[in-house]
Amino acid sequence: MNALKPVLSKPWIWSWLAALATFAATALFTGGASAFGLSQATLTFAAFSVMVGLGQMLVITLGPGNVDLSVPATITLSGTLALKFMETEGSLVLPGLLIAIGIGFAIGAANYALIKLLRIPPIIATLSMSFLVQSLAIWSNRGLRIKPPEALAAFTTGTTGGVPNIALAGLVLSVIVWWLLERSIYGRWISAIGQSPFAARMAGIPVDGTRFVTYVLCAVLAAVCGYLLASFSGGAALNMGAEYLLMSIAVVVIGGSAVAGGNSNVPGIWGASLFMFLVVSMLNTYGFGAGIRLMLTGLIIIAVIVAASRPAGGKR
Amino acid sequence: MNNSLEPQPVVAARGVRVAFGAVTALDGVDLDIRAGEALGLVGHNGAGKSTIVNVINGGLTPHQGTISYGGVDAAGGGVAAARAGGVRCVFQELSLCPNLTIVENTRLMHQGLTGFGWRKRALTLIRAKLDEVFPANRIDCTGTVGELSIAERQMVEIAINFIEVTEAPRLVILDEPTSSLDASLAEQLMAHVRRFVAAGGSVLLISHILGEILSTSTRIVVMKDGKVVVTKPVADFTAKSLVEAMGSVIKEKTHAATRTGANAAPLVVDLPVAPGSAFGFAARKGEIVGLAGLGGHGQTDMLLSLYRARSSNWRPQRPEEIAFVAGDRSLNGTFPLWSILRNLSIGDLGALSRLFAIDRDREDALGADWKAKTAIRTPDMHNPILSLSGGNQQKVLFARALSTPAAIVLMDDPMRGVDIGTKQDVYAILRSEAEAGRTFVWYSTEMDEICLCDRVYVFRDGVIVAELKGEEISEEHVLAASFSGEAA
Amino acid sequence: MKKGLSANTLRLMIPVVSLAVLLMAVFWLQPRAMSYMGMNLLFNLAVPIALATIAQMLIIAVNDLDLSIGTFVSFAACVTAVYLPTAPVTGIAILAAAIAAYAVIGIVIHLRDLPSIVVTLGMSFVWGGLAVLILPAPGGTAPVWLRSLMTAAIPVVPLAIVASIVIAIVAHLVVMRSTLGVAIRGVGGNSRSVARAGWSVLRIKAAAYALSGLFSVLAGMALVGLTTSADANIALRYTLLSIAGVILGGGEFVGGRVSPLGAVVGALTLTLAGSFLSFLRISPDWQIGAQGAVLIIVLGLRLLLSRREA
Repeated sequence: MNALKPVLSKPWIWSWLAALATFAATALFTGGASAFGLSQATLTFAAFSVMVGLGQMLVITLGPGNVDLSVPATITLSGTLALKFMETEGSLVLPGLLIAIGIGFAIGAANYALIKLLRIPPIIATLSMSFLVQSLAIWSNRGLRIKPPEALAAFTTGTTGGVPNIALAGLVLSVIVWWLLERSIYGRWISAIGQSPFAARMAGIPVDGTRFVTYVLCAVLAAVCGYLLASFSGGAALNMGAEYLLMSIAVVVIGGSAVAGGNSNVPGIWGASLFMFLVVSMLNTYGFGAGIRLMLTGLIIIAVIVAASRPAGGKR
Repeated sequence: MNNSLEPQPVVAARGVRVAFGAVTALDGVDLDIRAGEALGLVGHNGAGKSTIVNVINGGLTPHQGTISYGGVDAAGGGVAAARAGGVRCVFQELSLCPNLTIVENTRLMHQGLTGFGWRKRALTLIRAKLDEVFPANRIDCTGTVGELSIAERQMVEIAINFIEVTEAPRLVILDEPTSSLDASLAEQLMAHVRRFVAAGGSVLLISHILGEILSTSTRIVVMKDGKVVVTKPVADFTAKSLVEAMGSVIKEKTHAATRTGANAAPLVVDLPVAPGSAFGFAARKGEIVGLAGLGGHGQTDMLLSLYRARSSNWRPQRPEEIAFVAGDRSLNGTFPLWSILRNLSIGDLGALSRLFAIDRDREDALGADWKAKTAIRTPDMHNPILSLSGGNQQKVLFARALSTPAAIVLMDDPMRGVDIGTKQDVYAILRSEAEAGRTFVWYSTEMDEICLCDRVYVFRDGVIVAELKGEEISEEHVLAASFSGEAA
Repeated sequence: MKKGLSANTLRLMIPVVSLAVLLMAVFWLQPRAMSYMGMNLLFNLAVPIALATIAQMLIIAVNDLDLSIGTFVSFAACVTAVYLPTAPVTGIAILAAAIAAYAVIGIVIHLRDLPSIVVTLGMSFVWGGLAVLILPAPGGTAPVWLRSLMTAAIPVVPLAIVASIVIAIVAHLVVMRSTLGVAIRGVGGNSRSVARAGWSVLRIKAAAYALSGLFSVLAGMALVGLTTSADANIALRYTLLSIAGVILGGGEFVGGRVSPLGAVVGALTLTLAGSFLSFLRISPDWQIGAQGAVLIIVLGLRLLLSRREA
């Protein structure tokens, strides 16, 4: 029992337990017949949430008030422009990815420029930016559905050794972010800023520089997600990013990262993403409609945040 | 004393004891405030002035002893009991809502102003009271508080507390009420206090301007180390005897012999004379420069601006030029979610890493090294920082700063509430580091520490008013410079 | 010492001036818009947006933020379209319960010291789910009285304008003139001193949330009155629009600095920004982009002004 204690004290363990329980409940209902297909679909769709969740997690780690609302618009714009650029040309797959990353970089930099120059809270800065980016996406998309290059489409829908390629991509990105967060100076810096920007500044941390990098990273991760998502679903659609606004924040919260900042973890993002998708599948399997599904999602978010909170009065 | 004839005191504190952790802020205080008296309360940093104010206004429940208003015991009654007892408090930090108008603030502070047309009545009341306390002021009472100057905000807050809506104020506590008023406004306020007291009200006045205390109070209470040491009618005091009463009885300072060559070392900080200051600020290599004076008179701002001027907010700086040791631990020093080791190593992660990757073995080695050097009492440096006592947390903050190669170390009153053993450890480290050529700029509210410095600047009202060197550094000189003799 | 214009007036001037400039530009491009019908068309959808903006403003006044207003207005619209024509008592009961739920949210956020963004984010799923349950596919009808109220032809000035003015005045009376409004803004400005003066911050916050819920419900009803039917996604963009409207109208995220008049003007400006572009023959693609640009420009202008004041 004592051996389990360190594991049980990890904040991400609960999202994994919930995901496993949901998976079992769903698989049992169908007599285990759909277990393989279910896990394939779960891994794929969860991976997209993971990608945006990772970026949002870094931003939320920066502390209260930090959140990036331009994630959906970034997904849409990068998916649209990258596909447009590649024009189904297989040789342009890598340059297309670079275009997507460049778009992410530009949006992230613009976000932080607004935050810093206009001295407005991140929520309204990234919101205004998302309006602009969304318009840009609509304008460049023009309702056409450009197909991704075949090789890319095949890659994004394919599997390697039974594991969906998208999930592998999400895993690679997760490992990178995990390394940044746990092993690099940058991870220490964002955690310090999230706990107290003032103390961080007085400990010699370049607060503005770190925040800038974080907003850029978040936008780049969203852009990569957009690139892959557009290729996976056979073309960029204008509303393709919409569901990821709330999803990106929800997986951070459910994954056990501190909403008040300073303390985040990567495994929880996976647990929460898997869980969010599995809840949907489970309710679908049981024949519940979208309404119940949404309500449960909301109640789970609130339950998690209330459970993780302490009564007021400790601070402020 | 014949209690049967005297009316009950407005406020009576009996044997009040308050402790914050290991620090005793009030150690058995007895205090009576009677109707028709202006009680002056003086004392140096940490004497317990603000704590007794918070006990009287109900914001703080004493751990021992009782507090009663007009003879009615207020056990656990809090703010409501104090207000019911007619106690009003003008806080040192301004406590109006800056986004509301003066009239609206008046409404919030006076629950009795209900019903239709409260705006009009509040306006009349506050207008009349402002004119009464500060004749010929030109404050627009329909304006927003945020648009007022600091002095005007203070005037409004004072006037609001003197207003009578449903019941008259019986005791008004004025905590440094003139800190942002100019001389003539301060005199208007003191005149009002005298009128108010003559009419039977009572006032508790705290001020660092001894002239105000001596000219306005009827009785003076001197506090020191959480105790009332002297209570006498004002006539028994002069400015000089008051300063003496605040100081230690006799404590020959243990000042280190002035180190040779300290005056010839190169300057590492040299700031011009700021407007209003009598002195510029300079610090030499290997020097320990003290910043003295009453708390909140500009010392911390000075340290912050020094730090900001010499560090970047955009790029990591290597090697660090300057390091900072925070004082208010819970607010701005430690990172509460982290281990002791992480709190220590954040000061100079660059030295522990290659290509942004932290080398954990080197981090552990650094932790072991400083654990030994500063005697941090913990079985494991990976334990959470909050598992340490306050003094040991403070040692971690020292180690964080000292583990950097920074040539200048700024200290923002870091030893407040630290036990004596830890202090001695840290003093020894400071000495040896200074010998090795590091410069320390040390803001301290404790006189013993100020006496350890090579040179001391005394702050008052945000500017440097005195510079003390070597033998001149004494409690007497610091007190005399911190408290202004005349009425502003 | 005395400035020519108070900061509050200046704060209000920016949205008013931008609305006026935008309106003139529209008239210049399309003189026919300068008519009863034209104005009615231009501002038709402004009424629900203005109501939602006031709702958001009440939350912002206590230093919180509501990310669920869009789904909540959609939910209220669905309830209105499904129940009010046929079972008005049930409908009103549901709406009243929803307002009570808002007060509970405010209480929970205050008691547990929770970040309002995350709680209301969770609530947005809940309201969205309830809306889908009530109205799985677009449909429903507007109650006759509501339809006729929202499309009433008032002489000389179009209803949308009159209604916006009425909303602004009512919100001004509640938020700027009443004791409750003072207390709500006081909590935003300095909750510690409000508590020290003997008020219950908990009750004030609950009241602010309940009032906000009430205005959101009104927004949903007004929307149904205009569109005659509802669906679960009808007002999703109101969340972002309402935040933008408050900020445009001179409100600030923290410190209880809000302006109901400004918020209504901000909502009108955002509504007009869309119409303006369609008159410019710029494709509707740029509509939300223009809203973003207007937001950034106004915030930039405000920064310039505050720098000059400082």
